Parts: sequence; structure tokens; C-alpha cells
Amino acid sequence: MSYIIQGETGPWEVVIGLEVHAQVISEAKLFSGASATFGGEPNTHVAFLDCGMPGMLPVINAECVRQAVKTGLGLNAIINKRSVFDRKNYFYADLPLGYQISQFAHPIVGEGTIILDLKDGTSREVGIERLHLEIDAGKSLHDQHPAKSFIDLNRAGVALMEIVSKPDMRSPEEAGAYLKKLRAILRYLGTCDGNMEEGSMRADVNVSVRHPGEPLRTRCEIKNVNSVRFVMQAIEYEAQRHVEVYEQGGIIEQETRLFDSAKGTTRPMRSKEFAHDYRYFPDPDLLPLEFDQAFVDEIEAGLPELPDAKKARFIADYGLSPYDAGVLVAEKETAAYFEAAAEGHDAKAVANWVMGDLFAALNRTGKDITEAPVKPENIGKLVDLIKDETISGRIAKDVFEIMLETGDAPDRIVEERGLKQVTDTGAIEAVIDEVIAANPDKVAEVKAGKEKLLGWFVGQAMKASQGKANPGMLNDLIRKKLLG
Amino acid sequence: MTELTNLTLAEARDGLAKGDYTSVELTEAFLARMQAHKGLNAFIVDCPEVALERARASDARRAKGETKGPMDGAPVAIKDLFCTEGVQTTAASKILEGFKPQYESTVSAKLRDGGAVMLGKTNLDEFAMGSANITSAYGNVVSPWVAEDDTDKLVPGGSSGGSAAAVSARLCLAATGTDTGGSIRQPAAFTGIVGLKPTYGRCSRWGIVAFASSLDQAGPMTRTVRDAAIMLGQMAGFDAKDSTSAKVALPDFEKALTGDVRGLKVGIPKEYRPDGLNSEIAALWDQGIAWLKDAGAEIVEISLPHTDKALATYYIVAPAEASSNLARYDGVRYGLRVENGGNLDEMYMKTRAAGFGKEVKRRILIGTYVLSAGYYDAYYLKAQKVRALIANDFAEAFKKVDVILTPTAPSDAFPIAGGAKVDPITMYLNDVFTVPASLAGVPAMSIPGGLSQRGLPLGLQLIGRPFDEETILRAAGVMEAAAEFSAVPTLLRGTK
Repeated sequence: MSYIIQGETGPWEVVIGLEVHAQVISEAKLFSGASATFGGEPNTHVAFLDCGMPGMLPVINAECVRQAVKTGLGLNAIINKRSVFDRKNYFYADLPLGYQISQFAHPIVGEGTIILDLKDGTSREVGIERLHLEIDAGKSLHDQHPAKSFIDLNRAGVALMEIVSKPDMRSPEEAGAYLKKLRAILRYLGTCDGNMEEGSMRADVNVSVRHPGEPLRTRCEIKNVNSVRFVMQAIEYEAQRHVEVYEQGGIIEQETRLFDSAKGTTRPMRSKEFAHDYRYFPDPDLLPLEFDQAFVDEIEAGLPELPDAKKARFIADYGLSPYDAGVLVAEKETAAYFEAAAEGHDAKAVANWVMGDLFAALNRTGKDITEAPVKPENIGKLVDLIKDETISGRIAKDVFEIMLETGDAPDRIVEERGLKQVTDTGAIEAVIDEVIAANPDKVAEVKAGKEKLLGWFVGQAMKASQGKANPGMLNDLIRKKLLG
Repeated sequence: MTELTNLTLAEARDGLAKGDYTSVELTEAFLARMQAHKGLNAFIVDCPEVALERARASDARRAKGETKGPMDGAPVAIKDLFCTEGVQTTAASKILEGFKPQYESTVSAKLRDGGAVMLGKTNLDEFAMGSANITSAYGNVVSPWVAEDDTDKLVPGGSSGGSAAAVSARLCLAATGTDTGGSIRQPAAFTGIVGLKPTYGRCSRWGIVAFASSLDQAGPMTRTVRDAAIMLGQMAGFDAKDSTSAKVALPDFEKALTGDVRGLKVGIPKEYRPDGLNSEIAALWDQGIAWLKDAGAEIVEISLPHTDKALATYYIVAPAEASSNLARYDGVRYGLRVENGGNLDEMYMKTRAAGFGKEVKRRILIGTYVLSAGYYDAYYLKAQKVRALIANDFAEAFKKVDVILTPTAPSDAFPIAGGAKVDPITMYLNDVFTVPASLAGVPAMSIPGGLSQRGLPLGLQLIGRPFDEETILRAAGVMEAAAEFSAVPTLLRGTK
């Protein structure tokens, strides 16, 4: 899985770290009590604090603290029972207070780890540096009026978790796998919906390159990339750019860049002259955030089974391959579907149907597993029908198509449409005899040694049985009849 | 009706209860007096309609035999740093001109809900930054006091100079103040009234225009110690909307006025008697010590070793917080906006250049500087460490004593004309005795002790343990009785 850019001066390795902003799922904003619901008419979810009215004070929303601790536990991270909110000072029209309330020196969550599931079935550990709570800014709308900008403060003050990885990733694929895994964990926990398109999860990507074994070189930060695919594209472009600059004898300046998704390139966001001095200092309106171990223990006790544990269980209990288990646990809903389908049935066969025909059908129709037209227990039944030879694998494919269309149970479909496999020797023989009788010339050819034609007889007989004949029996009987 | 405006808050409470007069009568008397003394410029906004409406409501309640507490029907003034619903709130800054909040600060709401009548919003130094009330965008406040040997108009002190002048000149029964480094106590001393800065966290900061969040504290400004006790009870209390508000029991402060200080240990910090201390101030301090000693208190010399670092510490911490707190005044959502077709940054610059006065700009610059990369450790971080040492000085001292007695200000009031010429550092020295208690967050109050040779009021400061306002009120009551301070402002002598 190594990703190396071959340059004229030798091979280059890419070093990647990600800062993910994940919007906390909560009823109310982090400090103001206003609704944190997405959408709504502009400026309808705004408390006096959110619009920076004089004398307004922040009060921490305990639910957001719980969500951050829960996420920290999900990332196997150190929970800091004492953390401090700071002010990050800068002016912008959609930042009503003139500062963002964030956590700088003392975040609520410290170091943790995420295990990446890679395509080849192997896994790799990526370190989490920290997770801190902060408020989101509002939104500037520049396209509503020819000369003015409009400001929507619905988002201002909404709780975000900034989750910072260590610079542990070495390829665009690993960065993609990291984002997918982080998103899966957040969704399992119910602490962030992980919806990158709506902006409830956004990534800042730090990229540098080096010759293997060298110390780290200067990094560039690509801000606010809003899909996994774009993150991977941005890394590819940026790494290539660094290599080219270095190989032409240039130097890389530490800077903030933007990803242009239309061109697949990055460009500088602001020049160094305007680099912000955020003048962080502890917010005097808020006391340090403190809680006891019992608070953490209570949250820990309520944690759901997370992807890694579920994957291990799927491997152990269902005998799945690490790859299949990884695919099935990637989304909480898929894992739940699989478990419901596999319950009491051949789990490996169920996994194949889910990951094969079902996923294909969902892809084709643009549906989500929660909208699957086939009930999970019906996949289990279908697998059983094949196993007990009620239907053949070939007929099962047809049955599945009917299940997709009608949502009916497979046993009912087989029953109503008479698709049950014929295993009665006499009935199969009768069909074979008809085919033999109708094709004396071909019978003669077979007997003269052209055994290839046997397959043709099998096909004809199967067709005559409307596909219901047990394929094994049909084969044996034809051989016996024609070759003796 | 002149005698009505001479009532203390406690007297008015009792008179209202007895039916000697109505709240409307009281209110009209004060409104008339406010009109007559517009020249003091003590108020930025008068609100006679609001006042009379509340006075009538109070009288109606009383007629039905109901009252909302000891201040029901009492006409008071509110410093224009408290946001008042529907009534212009400016912090004495041009940048907030015309701003009418849609909410009421917790403290003013408690007073309102206790039946108090708001006469108007008092003038102050812009954003409470100043010690002379000469930085207000709405003009300086004139003290009702004039020196015997002079005709110069004097400053009332600051930043709560409007409230101090209004209480001293009997334009209201009492007023709210806020104190960040001495803004209640120093003007109280300059105008011969009582000013109490409670423990940080005792009164909610919600709805008070912020200057320096870790220091700002609201408190009463009154003519007597008893009045301060009554009014503090109406202003204080835990508020879930202020994360720094303290969940402590609210005592009946008036009950603390037992008149008995026998055995009370009074600390006299040697660091407050530097070489060159004004001899009048030193003499008054000695007088104060004698009063308490005569009443049976035990006088203990103590040391607050980091006192000389307090002023420098304060003038780093307060501007740092202010530079951030005042960032919201950007012309985007409310208040002044100056734009002539420029971009966003230009609008910020023009708006803030036009909207803020010189002193506010100076403090924003100082605050921005001390928080900047490369300077943070040397200034802000070091100041925080020294602040902890100063707080520890008090904690150590209060292991030995129950209350600390010091002068309030290093001099009596100075002329307005001179004040404008005073360099900022000299001006900042006004806070030298008040700032340490602010940094430590402990309660402190100024009471009138006597007059200077020029016939101007001088104040004495009592500093107490955290959340022990009762002890300083008790000691203050004893000193007030001993001082027999009966001098009235020059202004009142003329109108008698």
C-alpha cells in the first residue's frame, strides 16, 4: 500500500495529517441555548449571544460536553477531566463576537487512535492528537445582492468538535480510509451525522513530502475540503506540487490553500502578510470545564458496539473474512441489516448476497440500505432455500430479482411461481428422454465421441424443465443415458 | 418637596410603608431635581415615563397591601452600562448611540422586579474606562462638590461618576455602579457617598456591557451603609446565565449592621502607606483606625507584599480582556456604522475609529499588544501569575484578620480642566488602592470618612473575605456612626 512519487532526485513519501471539524449532534448550540437544527429561514435560530449583543454571556451546553467525551471514548482517547475554553480573536462579518470560543492549550480530549481498514484487508493505526470543542461561525452569503453581503447566523454558535490526527498517513488512500473510519465511528456513536455535503463534517488537510527517512518538511494546509474523494484528489495534487517545487530547487512556504474541485488543483488562500495573530487567551466568561470520573464512566457504560469490535465479532462469530467484515461494519445500518439477515442462517452466504446482489441493486437504484426493498430476514430465507436445494443458485438469482420488485418473501415466490427445483428422477428422465427423442442426429454424434455436445443436451433439458431441474441430477442422468 | 429627595433609601422604605408619601410623589420630586440639575450631566438618558409608570404600579400594589420588597417604589438611577429593555444603553460610547436592548440585565431586572423605579441611565467613562468621568462621549459629569478655596468644576471620579454625582446631589435615592478596578469606590470617595463592590460572582454580569470580564462587578452606590446593605440584597444572587456567578447563599445584609465590632480583627496593610502618601489621606486613615479601635476592634498590622505590582498587573489584564470584549462593536449588526463604499475591513476601521474615544482606543491597543504572539508570555501570562500572588496575599492576610482598612483614593477630587491634561499613567494611579481587591475578587467598599482641608470628601476602604460582605458592612456601619459624616455637597448648600 506504499504510495511513492518517483522524482528525479529519488523517491518521495507523502506525509498527511487531517483536522476534521465535526458538527456535534445536539438540540441546542454550544453556549447560547438557540436551536442547533440544520436549515431554517436565515437568522431564525439566533440567541442574543449568537449575534454578539452587549453583555451576553456563554453558558456551556452539557449535552455537547457529553457528546465530546463520548467521541473521545470512541477514539480510545484520553479524556481530560479539566479543560479550558479560550478566545480565538479575529474580525469577520459572520463572527459576531469578534472571537471564536475554542479550546487551545487544554482540550477536552487528548491522544487516541483510529484503526484504518485498508482495501487489501490489512489494517493500520493512525494517532489522534486531540479533540476540542468550539463554536462554528455564521455564514456569509455573497450572491444575494449586487453590492452587499448577507449574513445568516443560524450556524453561529453551533458546537463543533475539531478532531486532529497525527501526521501518520502516507497516501491519499489512507487519508480516505481515515475519513471513512472516523465518520463511521461518529455515526455509530451518534455524535455527528458525518454529512460532508451539508458541511456537518469538513476536513482541513495538511500535506508535506520528504525522501523516506528524512525529518518532516514544511506542510501546507488545504482548508475546508468537503468530500472524501476531494480530500484524496487534493493530496495527490498537493504532493505532486511539492515534489515539483523541490526538484526545481524551490522551497515550500507554510501556507493555507484552497482546493478547487472543478480543476482538481489547490491555490493559496491568503498570503503571509495577512497571517492572523489570533491572540488566544482563556475566556474569562467561562470557568474551566471540569467533570469527574463518574461522568465519564456513565458515558462509557452507554457506548454502543463500535466498528472495530463489531468487525472482530463478525470474523469470530460468523467466520467472515476481515475484508468482508470490514465492508459490512463500515455503516452501522449495513451491519444491522447483515446481522438481521444472518441470524440463524449461513452467514457467509448471507454476506455474499448482501455485498453482491443487494449492494448492486441499491447502487443501481440509488437507495440506502435503510430503504432496501428486501427485508433482511428474506435474504436469510433465500440462502436457506438454496442450501436445502429447494431452488438452484441460478433460480435464486431470478427469485432475488422478484424479491427486489415485490418485496415478497422468497419461499412464497418459489411456491406461487412453481420455481421449486425438480429432484424427482423420473420427472427429470422424462424431460431428458424427450430431448433425446427429438434429436437423434445429435445423439449419434455424442455416441461417436463428440462429448462436447453433452453440455448442449444439459442446456436443452434444463430449458425444457423451465430451469427447475436439479442441475447435478440432470447432468448425471444425461451422461448415464447417452454414454451408458 | 426638597425634603423627599433628602431621604435615605431606608427612610424612604419606611415612609412608603407608613404611607407618609407615595412612590409617585417621590419619583416626581427626583425627576424635578434631575431637571433642575441637568448641568451636572449625571444622566445620559432620563426616563420619566418609565419611572412614573413603575411608581404608579408600585403605589397600586401598596394600596392593595402588597409590596415586592424593601425597594418597592424607590426611585433609583441605573449606570448606563446595564442593558435596559427598550431604553437606550450606550456605555457612554458613540458606537452604541441609539442602541436599545431587547433585554434587561439581570441586576437591573432584579431591581425592577423588586419594584424599584428607574429614573434614568447615568453617565460614565466610555465603556467604564476612566477614573474621572471625562472619557464619556456624552460629556463629562460635574461633581456637585466644589473646593472651598476654588471655583473649578471638579470630577466626580469614575467610571461610575454619573451614579456618584446623582446620589451625592440627591437626584436619586441610590444608584447602581460597576467596579472593574475601583469604578464604584473611587467616585464614592470623591463625592462623599457609600460605594460597595461585592465579591466577584456575587452579582450577575449578564446584561452588563463588558469591560474586563474577570474583574467587572456590579454594586450599590448609596448615601448610607444601611442603604448599601438593602440595595445589595436586591442586586445580588446566583444567575444561571452567568457562568462566573457564584452559587452561594444570599444573606440579609441589613441584619449584619449590628453596630458591634468588638474583637473584630482589622488589618492595616503597611504597603498602602508608601512614602509620599498625601498627609490628609494618611491622617484620615489613622482616624479610621482610631474609630474602629475605640469601638473595640483589634488593630493588626499586616503585609500584602505584592501590592506595588497590582496597578501594572491590572493595566495588562483589564485591557487584554477589553480588547477582545470590544471586538463585537464592528458596525455589522447594531450601533454605529460608518461606510462609504469601502470593503469590510475599511468599514471596521472607519466605524471603530469614529465610534471609540481616545482612552478606549488606547486600552484596545494595549490589550491587543499584550496578547500578541511573542508578547503574551511576557505580559499577559506574567500578569496572570502576579494576579494569583496578589490574591494569595489577601488569602494569607485573611487568615489573620477579618477585614482590612485602607484609604480609597490617593487624593481628593481634582478639577475637570486639569483631568483632561493629566497623562494616562497619573490618571491610572487613582486606582492604586482599589485595584488589588479587584484583582483578588474580594469585596471592598468605600465610605465617607471626612473632608479634606479644601472641604472635599475623602473615603476609607474596607476590604473583606470572599462572600463576606456582611463583615465589611458591619465595620462600615460602626465607622459611619463614628465619622458622623454630615457634609452635603456644595450644590445642596446653595439650594437650601
